[in-house]
Amino acid sequence: MAKGIKVALAGNPNSGKSTIFNNLTGIRQHVGNYPGVTVEKKEGYLSYRDYDITIVDLPGTYSLTAHSLDEIVARNFIVDEKPDVVIDVIDTSNLERNLYLAVQIMELGVPLVLAMNMADLAKKRGILIDEDKLSRLLGVPLVTTVATKKLHMNQLLEKAVTLIEGKSDLHPPVIRYGREVEKQLGRLSAEIARDSEITRHRSPRWLALKILEGDSVVIDRVKKSAVGEKVLSMSERGIAYLRSIYGDDPEAIIAERRYGFISGACDESMKRNFELRHNTSDMIDTILLNRLLGLPIFFFLIWLTFKFVFSLSAPLIHGIEILFGYLGHLVGLLLPEGSAIQSLVVDGVIGGVGSVIVFIPVIYLLYFALSFLEDSGYLSRAAFLMDKFMHKIGLHGRSFIPMLLGFGCSLPGIMATRTIEDENDRLTTLLVIPFMSCGARLPIYILFIGAFFSEKDAGNILFLIYFIGILVAVVMAKIFRSYLFRGKSAPFVMELPPYRMPTLKGLVIHMWEKGVLYLKKAGTVIFAGCVLMWFLSNFPMNPSYSKDYDLLIREAKGERQIAELERDRNMEKMKKSYAGWVGKTMAPAFKPLGLDDWRVGVGLVGGFVAKEIFVATLGTLYAVEVEEGEPYSLRQALKRARRSDGDPLYTPLVAFSLMIFCLLYLPCVATIGVIRKETGSWKWPLFTIAYTIGVAWIVSFLIYQGGLLLGLG
Amino acid sequence: MNKNKPVIPLSLVKPGTPVVLEGITGGLGLRRRMEGMGLSRGSRFTVVQNLGPGPCVIAVGEARMALGHGMSGKILVRERG
Repeated sequence: MAKGIKVALAGNPNSGKSTIFNNLTGIRQHVGNYPGVTVEKKEGYLSYRDYDITIVDLPGTYSLTAHSLDEIVARNFIVDEKPDVVIDVIDTSNLERNLYLAVQIMELGVPLVLAMNMADLAKKRGILIDEDKLSRLLGVPLVTTVATKKLHMNQLLEKAVTLIEGKSDLHPPVIRYGREVEKQLGRLSAEIARDSEITRHRSPRWLALKILEGDSVVIDRVKKSAVGEKVLSMSERGIAYLRSIYGDDPEAIIAERRYGFISGACDESMKRNFELRHNTSDMIDTILLNRLLGLPIFFFLIWLTFKFVFSLSAPLIHGIEILFGYLGHLVGLLLPEGSAIQSLVVDGVIGGVGSVIVFIPVIYLLYFALSFLEDSGYLSRAAFLMDKFMHKIGLHGRSFIPMLLGFGCSLPGIMATRTIEDENDRLTTLLVIPFMSCGARLPIYILFIGAFFSEKDAGNILFLIYFIGILVAVVMAKIFRSYLFRGKSAPFVMELPPYRMPTLKGLVIHMWEKGVLYLKKAGTVIFAGCVLMWFLSNFPMNPSYSKDYDLLIREAKGERQIAELERDRNMEKMKKSYAGWVGKTMAPAFKPLGLDDWRVGVGLVGGFVAKEIFVATLGTLYAVEVEEGEPYSLRQALKRARRSDGDPLYTPLVAFSLMIFCLLYLPCVATIGVIRKETGSWKWPLFTIAYTIGVAWIVSFLIYQGGLLLGLG
Repeated sequence: MNKNKPVIPLSLVKPGTPVVLEGITGGLGLRRRMEGMGLSRGSRFTVVQNLGPGPCVIAVGEARMALGHGMSGKILVRERG
């Protein structure tokens, strides 16, 4: 019988960990979450010899302190789930730094195998490693690998299995921290060892070490134990004592010793035959990170990204629009005329889904462009370039990437705030991300800009909308940082990966993975939303009309009059539907914003389900006014919409005010759900709901009333 | 190591200069972060780029590390001659 074993894959970011994971497991993967947090958990399965192996891909981290969520998750997995072996993927060209994580895993007392990855790159850089010697010095088996070429993947498994079978004669040494620290460690661990509960999974020495390092998670845990009080008062004295002799925190002493151990091992086993002073990456950086050129180039690249996305997607969108128009028309012919089923299929289903599909090109192209920036190594430079500016508005350079992702979709953006260590920085970023105009809002802009602005102005208006979103985010961040989350933000220290030419395959995979997330949402939530909106706008089925339309139609003369009467009847039916009731109830609140269309009220409610539903809803609500035989075109319907006094319902100013409202008000249900998950309480999602509506109303009000004063109405 | 050279903040070091880390002033946050990235007292690195007062890029072995606004004034180094 095959024996099941569990392998955890650890490693620094950019060490090639994911590539090794993919090489080992192929397509047999499962993506989920670690319990209680939204850190993504990837599991893969494979058979090797007579073992069924489950590989868990831990989050990429530099160390195992309690410093960020990723690190805590990785550490807890190793400690609590007790994998049979941990494979730590090492970027061999950055050996010393990568071994820091390895040493911390060693100290957890789990069997460890090192995958010395990027061995080819290290060689190219003149780094020669005596593997046997390094392996003996560290007391762990190691295998050199080149993940990108799938080199030595089986050897890696072989070493791991050999270690599990207990056939390895290597034993990791215990790192000694010097007499004074050891004395404290000895006293603390003796005390901790008296509690069998807390030491069941963790060794007393490790716990003592972490307490001296000031590890908040371990300290909290020990505090709750039977020996907590004694241990903590003992450790406080110990820390004060160590500080008095070394003139530094024990944490610094401990880190220094660890690096001492590592550099000792490296000095003996590693040789450099030449040193590269300025490689290509540095050359590129002298331009892209230049004091004067850096920011202009950055803004140019962002502009180029948007240009690329929107000019390429425009014809595709147009094609899809036409396609769905005809599809709706054709299917409509097959179903009984005027029946509820025809209305459901044509207006509810095809119209709704069409409005979603229509901007798949934008989403995918945007993800393609962002993946290009990320894979090339530029995105971390962008964060660095923006750091100074972000600091000025009270945020952190790291906030920049989540906010940029927010342009695609708020969900990945909010999830990416996990990489921001400081809780204040993180919450502020998370709360303003919904103002970054996500892809789902695009169809709204495309619809209204196309209808009310000339082709020449379209680009500028779109840019202005995005810009207002950013501006509001900046102002709100500043306000939050000054009143709600006070305190200094965390230091910006970030690795800049060397520039790489992204591979097309890599880009397509990234684009696909992120795009599918959207599609899944579109397939379920949005579809359900569309049908719900259709129901709300079509029921009650037979309201009491103000006129007897049936009689009037029978008596009417000429086709034209009949068509007009039918249109009026549909209009009235819609007004008396549940959706109409909701829209009309909310209508007075929108009047000061220039919005005098009850259908907008309904659309905004639908937009809470998902922003793209706003367009779908308007489509459903306006479809009744579209004449027979004409392909579905919402733009025409909006342009023709009139007030009771005959003035057009929409002017460019009204359309703009509406677009800004759509940009700022309520993030979609999914975003609220993610905020709830990421902050662990209902407090912040509810706060987000309230404050975004307030901000949206105020900004739209200012724009509309200001526009009227300037005579733009 | 050249003990004759003075200890100065990183912000004053010219690009291309090899230095030894002597200490990190300021918060625990910065120190922890630096330790995780492989920088503790005695670490050797080279300043690659200085983007005005504050932000700079350093080379630690083969890795390039970006230090944000306000960091380099808190990092004390000694030039390696």
